[in-house]
Amino acid sequence: MRDFISARTHRIPPSGIRRFFDIVQEMDDVISLGVGEPDYATPWVACEAGIASVEQGQTSYTSNRGLPELRTETSRYLAKRFGIQYHPEDEMLITTGASEALDIAIRAVTNRGDEILIADPSYVSYSPGVMLSDGVPVPVPCRMEDEFRLTPDALMEKITPKSKAVICNFPNNPTGGVMSREDYRGIADVICDHDLLLISDEIYTEMTYDGEMTSAVQAEGLQERTILINGFSKSYAMTGWRVAYLCAPKELCDAVLKIHQYVMLSAPTMSQYAAVGALKNADLDREEMVTEYQMRRNLFVRGLNRIGLTCHLPRGAFYAFPSIKDFGLSDVEFSERLLKEQHVAVVPGSVFGQSGEGHLRCAYAVSREDLREAVRRIEAFITSL
Amino acid sequence: MDAKDWLLLRILEEDSTQETSVVADLTDLSEAEVKDRVCVMENDRIIRGYCASVDWEKAGEGVAAATVNLKITPERDVGYDRIAERIARFPQVCSLRLISGEYDFELRVTGRNIQDITRFVSEQIAPMEQIRETATIIVMKTYKENGRILYDRKEGERLPFSF
Repeated sequence: MRDFISARTHRIPPSGIRRFFDIVQEMDDVISLGVGEPDYATPWVACEAGIASVEQGQTSYTSNRGLPELRTETSRYLAKRFGIQYHPEDEMLITTGASEALDIAIRAVTNRGDEILIADPSYVSYSPGVMLSDGVPVPVPCRMEDEFRLTPDALMEKITPKSKAVICNFPNNPTGGVMSREDYRGIADVICDHDLLLISDEIYTEMTYDGEMTSAVQAEGLQERTILINGFSKSYAMTGWRVAYLCAPKELCDAVLKIHQYVMLSAPTMSQYAAVGALKNADLDREEMVTEYQMRRNLFVRGLNRIGLTCHLPRGAFYAFPSIKDFGLSDVEFSERLLKEQHVAVVPGSVFGQSGEGHLRCAYAVSREDLREAVRRIEAFITSL
Repeated sequence: MDAKDWLLLRILEEDSTQETSVVADLTDLSEAEVKDRVCVMENDRIIRGYCASVDWEKAGEGVAAATVNLKITPERDVGYDRIAERIARFPQVCSLRLISGEYDFELRVTGRNIQDITRFVSEQIAPMEQIRETATIIVMKTYKENGRILYDRKEGERLPFSF
């Protein structure tokens, strides 16, 4: 029989955590710091809004762009929280999670051979997404010394005549790094000077702890050349609802919409109503969650540094990214042995790109008790080395 | 009061038995700073005390509770304060609030059983001369108290790994 699988699908590397899944299946008493989602249930006001929409028979498709009410509320939210303006009518699109938004944004702008610069380490779907569009992913290293920010110099170094766009994600998964307004201004100059597009995945913006929450499009000159992606999964603990949004200048938004209308039609209707409920009434729930994450971060990062695992203070998202370079093991070996010997699950940093090598991604979206126990077990593990 | 004090209050209100070292980690303060700040807030009576949140029903101790609403004739010069202080002295009164609407006071009253409560209301509270009317509402079951859910519920499950 022929090989029916396309060459470009063959080129996509397999998941870097598959074998960890297999190990976990046979274990009890595992503390998992490997989970990239909130441990909270969705705020009840949002659930009620979703349930009410089903009870009222709102179970049809919505317009391709998404519920007008949700776009209006989202536009208000962006204006209030960031001072940025997007027209709900033609500069905004509701998508089935930020993953869909990323996929269709990359597809809408990438030609064969286009180089897409990706702040590295990065969320795992960016590179495969670029490869599926026959583009060339080009990692741009973000270093621990820079608190994992994307710097203008690092960006400049990777730009060639084939460079088309930059994908970045701040606050960052996996590092917890954030970009200040000034940091964004720095890369804005490079992006504008080289006529590049920015795809900015800002799904963790609400989880910014030690300073002002920022968006890339606040930097002068960037809004007209940015596809901004954000959503409800992290800030309102709505991962399972699959609802997010994409904002871009009209021409770009229309291009992305063309793909969205064929591949998705519209985001799940009840989820869109739930998202309206979240934006209108769940501010307190969101603030409560963010405060709790901040306390857990303090607890966990202090604990790691105390036992000798060097960890910068992550200023956003809910990940710590300690270095294990002093222990003579690769991040994959360290993670695998830590899981087998102490039953603590973390994700090796190299899964997120070359610049993640020698680090571990530890999600602190678990209870304080589990975090304390995890630190105890990690200490026992490194003492045994 | 600054953001760290707010955080301290939040942590202590949730569980005041946590070790100082843990509270220090959560707030990113030193243990000495935690102790100093808590001491200041205790002295300023921002922190009024520490207590356990008890599910008496589960403990097997018969406890009845009621909300008692009162209409009051306020007194010249002191308004509601003097009568409030008199009512607040009774140990059966767990909470006492001045409220808007049809009634003036809302009391939370407990006793060993409903008879205890009715006797207390009719013999101690109702006869006071400033009280014009009482309405006693018996609590039949408590589902949530002081922000804590008192029934068992299943938590959602997550995958052990996700990106």
